[in-house]
Amino acid sequence: MSESIDQIFVRLKQWLLLPVANGPDWLVQIASSLINIFTLLAVFLTLFALMSVLERKILGRIQNRYGPNRVGPFGLLQPVADGIKMLIKEDIVPVRADKIVHFLAPVLIAATAILTLGIIPYGRGMTPFTIDGGILFFFAVGSTTELAVFMAGWGSNNKFSMLGAMRAIAQMISYELPLIITVLPVVMIVGSLNPDTMVAAQSGYVFGVVPRWFVFTPWGAAAFILFFVSGLVESNRTPFDVPEGESEIVAGHMTEYSGFKYATFFMAEYIGMFAITGLGATLFLGGWHAPVRALEFIPSYIWFFAKLGALLFVYIWLRGTLPRTRVDQIMNFAWKFMLPMAFTCIVAAAVWHYAGRGLRGWLWSFVVIAIVYTALSIFLDTRRRFAPRTYRFAE
Amino acid sequence: MTITLQIVLAVAAALFCIGLLAALSRRHAIFILIGIEMMLAAANLNFIAFWRFRPEPHQPTGVMVAIFSIAIAAAEAAVGLALVIAVYRHYRTTNVDQFDQLKG
Amino acid sequence: MNSPAFVFIAILTLAAALAAATLRKLMHAALSFAVASVGLAAFFFLLGGEFVGLVQIFVYIGAVAVLIVFTILLTRRDVEKDRGFNWSGVAIAIAVFGGLIWAIVKTQSLSVSAPEMPALTIKHIGEVLMTGYVWPLLCLGLLLTAALIGALILVMEDKR
Repeated sequence: MSESIDQIFVRLKQWLLLPVANGPDWLVQIASSLINIFTLLAVFLTLFALMSVLERKILGRIQNRYGPNRVGPFGLLQPVADGIKMLIKEDIVPVRADKIVHFLAPVLIAATAILTLGIIPYGRGMTPFTIDGGILFFFAVGSTTELAVFMAGWGSNNKFSMLGAMRAIAQMISYELPLIITVLPVVMIVGSLNPDTMVAAQSGYVFGVVPRWFVFTPWGAAAFILFFVSGLVESNRTPFDVPEGESEIVAGHMTEYSGFKYATFFMAEYIGMFAITGLGATLFLGGWHAPVRALEFIPSYIWFFAKLGALLFVYIWLRGTLPRTRVDQIMNFAWKFMLPMAFTCIVAAAVWHYAGRGLRGWLWSFVVIAIVYTALSIFLDTRRRFAPRTYRFAE
Repeated sequence: MTITLQIVLAVAAALFCIGLLAALSRRHAIFILIGIEMMLAAANLNFIAFWRFRPEPHQPTGVMVAIFSIAIAAAEAAVGLALVIAVYRHYRTTNVDQFDQLKG
Repeated sequence: MNSPAFVFIAILTLAAALAAATLRKLMHAALSFAVASVGLAAFFFLLGGEFVGLVQIFVYIGAVAVLIVFTILLTRRDVEKDRGFNWSGVAIAIAVFGGLIWAIVKTQSLSVSAPEMPALTIKHIGEVLMTGYVWPLLCLGLLLTAALIGALILVMEDKR
């Protein structure tokens, strides 16, 4: 019974493909791809709408106030009102802006964000597109976002937009390295770049109780924290939202966009967030596996979206709690701390594998990570570098 | 019509010649670099085409060469563009016709 | 191999490459170069090298195209368009193209169609990289480090 609920969407898709099942091969392929694409778009656009209102409500609760609560029950129909507002706004394009580039930038950024959603396994047998090098595809398409951000900043013919775009690209390129290198230990241990294989490698339980998720190993926990922080930076979220800091640079590379194009940027940022948290759940948190054997009757996609929801809640929590960091602090953090720690995770994963994957491996890899962490925190001590504060007054 | 090796090589040759066109007939240093990158990419396509159409069993030689070639192209683009920036700082122009003095 | 897909990708790539070579505005040319790289990656996918296609997208669009647009940004002085166009370059390019096409058509051994081949898995590429090609891999690492340091030194401002 639980197995049929688990596979309900797979069965639904097979039922939808029945009319073309006897046709030529390419027709079945195209129909199957179209069904996948439409389902993906429907699910994630709804999730985007839901998340935009939930974020405002949760931020409101953190700040001891209600969030939006007028439109619909508990304010949950707020995205409808927001959508109508965005659609009827006048679309203003600066006179001297480069029209083609200015128009294509939000299209490209939304397209690359949605493309990255296609390879994540959402449930048992529910991966939209299975590519042999799925993780590489994710990062290749994700790195195209930088070009789109640059197009947005340059196409607006506005010095603030250009400055915001340069800052955004510098941040994104710097953190792409830790993002990719923290995924390397997982790829190394699993031996494949296919997300389905990675989820399958995390099935089963150690001692019958603890699931074999990679986050429960020392290198996995460190890599997961680094991946999570890098994902925060890649999505330009607080505390790393220098590109869109409202008090500093108006809206950075999105300044000259109004109405529907701004909504597209907004949507692309959120969908990028979903993709990164989905990948984090797949790589480290066991994908669609249940955490305890007793709860395995709950369908796999419910578990995946529960993990996704938990990670998104932590994102929103961090946004409501932490102040914005400075640009040079962000760069220092990436190059001086995260990159060495990411390389240590690779070494620790190798140590874990070669010391047997049991308790001995766990202890040895923990020792490796602890040594490097302590060394880094001693060498990167920033307290000694603050000079006594000087005040300069205008004469 | 079936795709023969000759057609793929012809497409790669066309891409190579378009890169050559960009490298020879433009006066801006960055355009010339774009042309050179296109020529490298066309050569990669040639390697992959020959690997696909006449494979030795289980020997991914063409793919290996293409991967190394892409990496080297990236390194060369980085150094080339750094050179363009350094020369621009000195001459204040990127028109290659005006880089005609050895004295720094 | 799928011929309508091949023809479509060929037209797209050559059109984008031609645009990159002949457009007046630098930015548009750089972005057309990125589109041509996507077309080339699609070629690699069609010819069965998926890993090379993904690396091509990653490196050429994520790194080389971004480098090019950054350099365009850092080296402009309100004159964005390229003023000179040397027509003799067109003649040379057409001559070279003619020579290459003549060489391709004349060689009889090249008119073969694609044989059946088992799909090349990334695992196999990884194994070959680490066993047969490990020396080139290490040299590539050294070369990339040298290029990185060299590029940094070239653009570093002299400390006064």
